[in-house]
Amino acid sequence: MSAPVLDLAAARRDVAAQGLRANRRRRGRRRTLVTVVLAAAACALSVTALMLGDYRLSVGEVLGTLAGGDEAPARFIVMELRLPRLALGVLVGVALGLAGALFQSVLRNPLASPDVIGISQGASAGAVAAMLFGGLTGAWVSLSALVGGAAVGLLLYAAAWRQGMAGHRFVLSGIGVAYVCASVVGYLLTRSDLREAQAALLWMTGSLAQADWGLVSTLALALAVLVPAVLLVARGLDLLLLGDEQAGSLGLRPEATRTAVIALGVGLACVATAAAGPVAFVAFTAAPVARHLLGDGTLALLQSALVGVVLVVGADIVAQHLLPAGLSVPVGVVTGAVGGPYLIWLMASGRSRTT
Amino acid sequence: MLDPSPGAAPAAAAPRRNRAGFRGVVAAVALLAMILVVALLSLMWGAREIAPGDVWDALVAPVAGNNDHLVVRDLRVPRTLIGLVGGAALGAAGALMQGVTRNPIADPGLLGINSGASLAVIGAIAGLGVGSVAGYLWFAFAGAALAAVVVYGAASLGWEGVTPVKLALVGAAFTATATSMITVVLLTDRRTLDEYRFWQVGSLANRPLDVLTTVLPFVVVGLVMALAAGRVLNALALGDDVARGLGQDVVRGRLLVVVAVVLLCGSAVSLVGPIAFVGLVVPHVARAIVGPDYRWIVLLSVLLGPVMLLLADVVGRLVARPSEVEAGLVVAVIGAPVLIALVRRSKGMAA
Repeated sequence: MSAPVLDLAAARRDVAAQGLRANRRRRGRRRTLVTVVLAAAACALSVTALMLGDYRLSVGEVLGTLAGGDEAPARFIVMELRLPRLALGVLVGVALGLAGALFQSVLRNPLASPDVIGISQGASAGAVAAMLFGGLTGAWVSLSALVGGAAVGLLLYAAAWRQGMAGHRFVLSGIGVAYVCASVVGYLLTRSDLREAQAALLWMTGSLAQADWGLVSTLALALAVLVPAVLLVARGLDLLLLGDEQAGSLGLRPEATRTAVIALGVGLACVATAAAGPVAFVAFTAAPVARHLLGDGTLALLQSALVGVVLVVGADIVAQHLLPAGLSVPVGVVTGAVGGPYLIWLMASGRSRTT
Repeated sequence: MLDPSPGAAPAAAAPRRNRAGFRGVVAAVALLAMILVVALLSLMWGAREIAPGDVWDALVAPVAGNNDHLVVRDLRVPRTLIGLVGGAALGAAGALMQGVTRNPIADPGLLGINSGASLAVIGAIAGLGVGSVAGYLWFAFAGAALAAVVVYGAASLGWEGVTPVKLALVGAAFTATATSMITVVLLTDRRTLDEYRFWQVGSLANRPLDVLTTVLPFVVVGLVMALAAGRVLNALALGDDVARGLGQDVVRGRLLVVVAVVLLCGSAVSLVGPIAFVGLVVPHVARAIVGPDYRWIVLLSVLLGPVMLLLADVVGRLVARPSEVEAGLVVAVIGAPVLIALVRRSKGMAA
């Protein structure tokens, strides 16, 4: 009598194990598929961005030039006119996508992105003050944006650090500082000349139009330092998602990891904002979208960065070529106008968990 | 979500409840006194300083032609009343938002309500040429209601129905979309930017009293709903499953709260502009005084909101005499240090 029961139990175990394995395989496949599709989309959009413009280029011309071809108009147009802007868009997308993913996972709050916790507002206040008070332009605006964002980062660090770095202290202090910075911006905007106020507003929306090789290489240099560091802490961050106690028992120092991750997030957000202005909504939306596409509750840093690239480059194509030429809207308008409804649609139709 | 502290749930222990009740009553009385003081200061101080006796005369026995009496009755009384009503609405709306999303960083701006109202006001300025606060009123209200319908509707579609996280994310997404549209208008239309930049910072000045009387019924209904919602929020704070287990109708409770938020936020935005920060800070102060019981948090938030908004307005009048700084700007500068101090003190923050 007992043998069939045992058999039944063993068979059940087998089925369960098979199911688990199949499930893991399916998740792995989905992960690969999502990553490949996102990467392909990013590449396709990049090539499209290089093709479009007053002087249309074909796919062959673009790829030929990138491969080192030397035809006169195509080379100048791609290398001098379009590639800097594209490169800036890609770098900004990577930086903001990563920054958002880092903040949202380490602070365990889906609302905690650099545009909510004050980094973007600090950078805006710095830049707007430089433009409206000091009458500065160009690199000086970027520099004071960097200073503003970094100052907010340090201030939050000082405010939130008390026998360790607690996520909620950082987030709430950040929102407080964000409102103060927004007030400073509001004050400056209402006390300045209307034309200058509009220029400041343009900067605060985020734009890629100012791209040149100097700016791109500076930003690339900064990312060359920050992104490898992100990869170094990524494993620790993965463990941290299990909770402080588990992570600690696995040999991790939760405080140190959290501090490092936050510092990297602030750094990424600051350099991207200094280069292109606070491009709206990219950092906020990249990680939730990437996680929704994966649907397995993992960290999804690479995928978030790719979503960031797709969003920024795609939005810049829309802003430059699809909207009426007279409008000439900056990229930040489109990222918000496209990213917002897309995220709403994901939430309304999605089947997987958000947290 | 932020890590919930073990004491987040309303404690059932009787002594603890009594203590919270006692502290709540004391705080409520103290806040009422503070409201009176701040209101008096708001009547006395400004570009021109008026003695308390003259303020009293102006209120009970005004002399025609007396300039001080004119200032008090025509400028400062409306301004003070609007600050009281707007502050109460913002404070209550903030407490409700944090309760319904279970997220301590929620504020009235989060559901997209403020940006919906702003978008509608922009439309009114740019498209229809409306140019007065009384004219903005209905647009702000309609925009706020539309935003709430869109956000709540989108969040309730899909698999799990409305969850706090979805509500918060959809709200933020709506805010971003609306902000983009606003930016397009502002970058292309300089005249609209000129009007909007002053509306957008939020101020109590130059609002006619009939705006207040129009909005007042909505605020009263909203406040009554808010005060009645404390029990619902306490249940929701334990999580949907536990709340359901306690016999709470989660969906209806959440809908009630959202309707109250729309009434309060819509009114406040049309009265004073999109000042969301009051709604963020005030519930935290209330929580620090009475603990996690939402019945008390909402009540104290209703009382704290006016104190903070009026105080900011008075300070704004004094720092740059004879001109002034808008209350919406001062609120952040006063409120942020308070918030940071509270946050530093806390160990775990109940959502």
